[in-house]
Amino acid sequence: MATTAEQWVLVEMVQALYEAPAYHLILEGILILWIVRLLFSKTYKLQERSDLTVKEKEELIEEWQPEPLVPPVPKDHPALNYNIVSGPPSHNIVVNGKECVNFASFNFLGLLDNPRVKAAALASLKKYGVGTCGPRGFYGTFDVHLDLEDRLAKFMKTEEAIIYSYGFATIASAIPAYSKRGDIVFADKAACFAIQKGLQASRSDIKLFKHNDMADLERLLKEQEIEDQKNPRKARVTRRFIVVEGLYMNTGTICPLPELVKLKYKYKARIFLEESLSFGVLGEHGRGVTEHYGISIDDIDLISANMENSLASIGGFCCGRSFVIDHQRLSGQGYCFSASLPPLLAAAAIEALNIMEENPGIFAVLKEKCKQIHKALQGISGLKVVGESFSPAFHLQLEDSTGSREQDVKLLQEIVDQCMNRNIALTQARYLEKEEKCLPPPSIRVVVTVEQTEEELERAASTIKEVTQAVLL
Amino acid sequence: MANPGGGTVCNGNLHKSQKQSNGSRSGNCTKNGIVKEAQQNGKTHIYEKHIVESFEEAPLHVMVFTYMGYGIGTLFGYLRDFMRNWGIEKCNAAIEREEQKDFVPLYQDFENFYKRNLYIRIRDNWNRPICSAPGPWFDVVERVSDDYNWTFRFTGRIIKDVINMGSYNYLGLAARYDDSMRTVKDVLEAYGLGVASTMCEMGTLDKHKELEDLVAKFLNVEAAMVFGMGFATNSMNIPALVGKGCLILSDELNHTSLVLGARLSGATIRIFKHNNAQSLEKLLRDAVIYGQPRTRRAWKKILILVEGIYSMEGSIVHLPQIIALKKKYKAYLYVDEAHSIGALGPTGRGVTEFFGIDPGEVDVLMGTFTKSFGASGGYLAGRKDLVDYLRVHSHSAVYGTSMSPPIAEQIIRSMKFLMGLDGTTQGLQRVRQLAKNTRYFRQRLQKMGFIIYGNESSPVVPVLLYMPSKVAAFARHMLQKKIGVVVVGFPATPLAEARARFCISAAHTREMLDTVLEAIDEMGDLLHLKYSRHMKSARPELYDETSFELED
Repeated sequence: MATTAEQWVLVEMVQALYEAPAYHLILEGILILWIVRLLFSKTYKLQERSDLTVKEKEELIEEWQPEPLVPPVPKDHPALNYNIVSGPPSHNIVVNGKECVNFASFNFLGLLDNPRVKAAALASLKKYGVGTCGPRGFYGTFDVHLDLEDRLAKFMKTEEAIIYSYGFATIASAIPAYSKRGDIVFADKAACFAIQKGLQASRSDIKLFKHNDMADLERLLKEQEIEDQKNPRKARVTRRFIVVEGLYMNTGTICPLPELVKLKYKYKARIFLEESLSFGVLGEHGRGVTEHYGISIDDIDLISANMENSLASIGGFCCGRSFVIDHQRLSGQGYCFSASLPPLLAAAAIEALNIMEENPGIFAVLKEKCKQIHKALQGISGLKVVGESFSPAFHLQLEDSTGSREQDVKLLQEIVDQCMNRNIALTQARYLEKEEKCLPPPSIRVVVTVEQTEEELERAASTIKEVTQAVLL
Repeated sequence: MANPGGGTVCNGNLHKSQKQSNGSRSGNCTKNGIVKEAQQNGKTHIYEKHIVESFEEAPLHVMVFTYMGYGIGTLFGYLRDFMRNWGIEKCNAAIEREEQKDFVPLYQDFENFYKRNLYIRIRDNWNRPICSAPGPWFDVVERVSDDYNWTFRFTGRIIKDVINMGSYNYLGLAARYDDSMRTVKDVLEAYGLGVASTMCEMGTLDKHKELEDLVAKFLNVEAAMVFGMGFATNSMNIPALVGKGCLILSDELNHTSLVLGARLSGATIRIFKHNNAQSLEKLLRDAVIYGQPRTRRAWKKILILVEGIYSMEGSIVHLPQIIALKKKYKAYLYVDEAHSIGALGPTGRGVTEFFGIDPGEVDVLMGTFTKSFGASGGYLAGRKDLVDYLRVHSHSAVYGTSMSPPIAEQIIRSMKFLMGLDGTTQGLQRVRQLAKNTRYFRQRLQKMGFIIYGNESSPVVPVLLYMPSKVAAFARHMLQKKIGVVVVGFPATPLAEARARFCISAAHTREMLDTVLEAIDEMGDLLHLKYSRHMKSARPELYDETSFELED
């Protein structure tokens, strides 16, 4: 039944085909083709070509609005209303037209306006003029530079020293000269900005340990040791460095060097030590933290310091064994690619070293003065003293923060301003708040120099005390 | 689409430089690649300036021998390293102390291969100590080596009055003390040398203020800021201007300080071919159209980093084209005028003046005081809001010690001298003299048949030596003739393009230049350095235009 019926339908269909008019067939043919096309083509299509047309591109270019190169800065920003010093920034300083005693510049040994230093610089000016007009490689090496390097190496009792023409660039260039991509650097969280930039430029693996916390450092070193055992082939070429500061710029604290040296040998990591604050300050002869702790300087792989604080010149230096230091002569970017230090500044640094060597008692005097003001500043309600008692640069922080950094900064600035009105020149420690890895709390930085007399130290302490009480209460 | 790069890129592309006539010329008023001659145009257009630059390619055999030289040097290096390892040859290099032998080695072996086996052999040509001001003549401390340059010994003798062709003393302002430096002496005596604080804390002196105002006036911009080190001016301020989500387009031959600054900023960096506007435009178009990779967000801002004069190539940035591109694509422009400030332009205002461009068209003007001004340090200048922003955000202002007062005074004095504020036109004469010396020196060298790179107006004159052994021979022989030259090789230049670099100074007299040229000519014959296949200058008509007496 079914088959006959089907056959019949088929016959009828064929008949209908014959009978149908041509236009109808053509139309249906087109329809069938259309269906086939629909069936075999994709159900939906992305835009066929993703390429933009020239016109669209031009429109995009027309449309794009970049951010301004620099956002506007509020006119009352504290950094725009900076202090202007008239005359030399030495012991007695004229800030914004007001005569003050200077408790802000890092002129620890008072060599900034020392007549001997000036005379040495003047003699150099007469012989060499001012600029060097070239990097060290291309006739920018003067005999004075070689003398200074020699003297620094001898002073520090190391094999070799290398000088840079800018303090900041010293450690910032030294770290990436050794530590490369893939190497591991253990750095203190409170490390200063120059170290942070050096670490960033090195593109190494950075592990931060809690400030001066040796247990935390050892934990990280142990973790790394376990990691190394898993992959000994990689560990054989991964250099390890510990980067610390002698006296910390941001906290005024000293690093526990003996423990660090122990860890160095235990975990085979090299120590880089930044001594900008401790060079010419700590130790019997001002050689810094190593002398302070009585540690052999050979145990430290690299020491860097600037010549802008104790030596009251400009520039910085690195010292250590020749095996380490000489490498920087081709790899220290701030050394190779920068004009060398003007000879008069090198001459000034040499004379400052002479003075340091001739008066070793100066360091004990500085220490006494630090202790004196440190003691006198204890017990101010609302302010706490942060830093070692023998550190010539330490911080005054608010005991109780108001909760907002901006407000804290304002309060401290008020204290600074009023002290300035009473002839004590102080400054807040300034930071780039967004750039710092671990931003220290706002603080006033007090700097002690050998030139400050006992009375001046007393007066400064009592002024700070009175002003703080007036401002905070 | 306008293509400002159209006809103007001379032989700008360094590494793929095709055979070209040295001195291909090009005008700058281009649209759609049509080059118009400046003279044809009747009225003077601000962008009209010939760029005559050449980067002639070395003959093939020279390149073959150069690579062969390095090949042989490397082979011997391996041989000697092998002998040192087996104790056949004594190793002079400093070694790690016993206690730390089991540490991970501080240097990878191959890291120092080049230094140990190639550089050491010829290193007496660098770091030569001098013991006088770096003026037109200087005194070189004689040193000898008893162990093939591993160590040096000073003989105690001084080679007096060597002609200085190496220092960047473009205007001759670095000289021993004379009466014109009296103010520097006064400032030194009054202020001392250090500052012992940062600009943000207690380190802004009235001298710095005076200098900043003067720099702004000199450059004809709203404001300027000065920093203690030229290198740090770049590396510590670029991060304040751009950051994550921003794009930096950097010339492939930019100075290390710019590269470091760009890296520290955290911005994405893309490199365009040296002085090549097409390459830059392609990057700019792609950047604006396609945005950031992966996220496809639009870039926050685009900063183009270029230098005024490139110190190793002697080329001058094609500023008009770059400004046209910058405007079209709304990018920002940072020009490092380390070598060009004081040395270019009719009154020494640098590369903007050289091209007759308003300095306001460049967003950030950077320069150093190390070169033309015979001091040290650097500046950034531009609109007031830029400088205000930098005062707040510059790494250098917050963490770097500010400039030494006597150095600042030296800059003030030099700048006043250049601006004619000392009541004389001597400063202007120095700038003119420099331009004259530069042209004379370059044209004579070209005539002699040396391959020299760079722009005809650039006081940096690189003469190509190619082979590393010739580098050493050239520098040693020149010193014997009492001429101090700078030679540069890898890694400061591409491996096969070692060169000698002469820095012309306004303090060089015609006689000195002639002495030097004569010596170079002699060396050229001795060492077969005259590689150029275009013995005659491509622009003979230039002599008529400028009426420089070439043979006198």
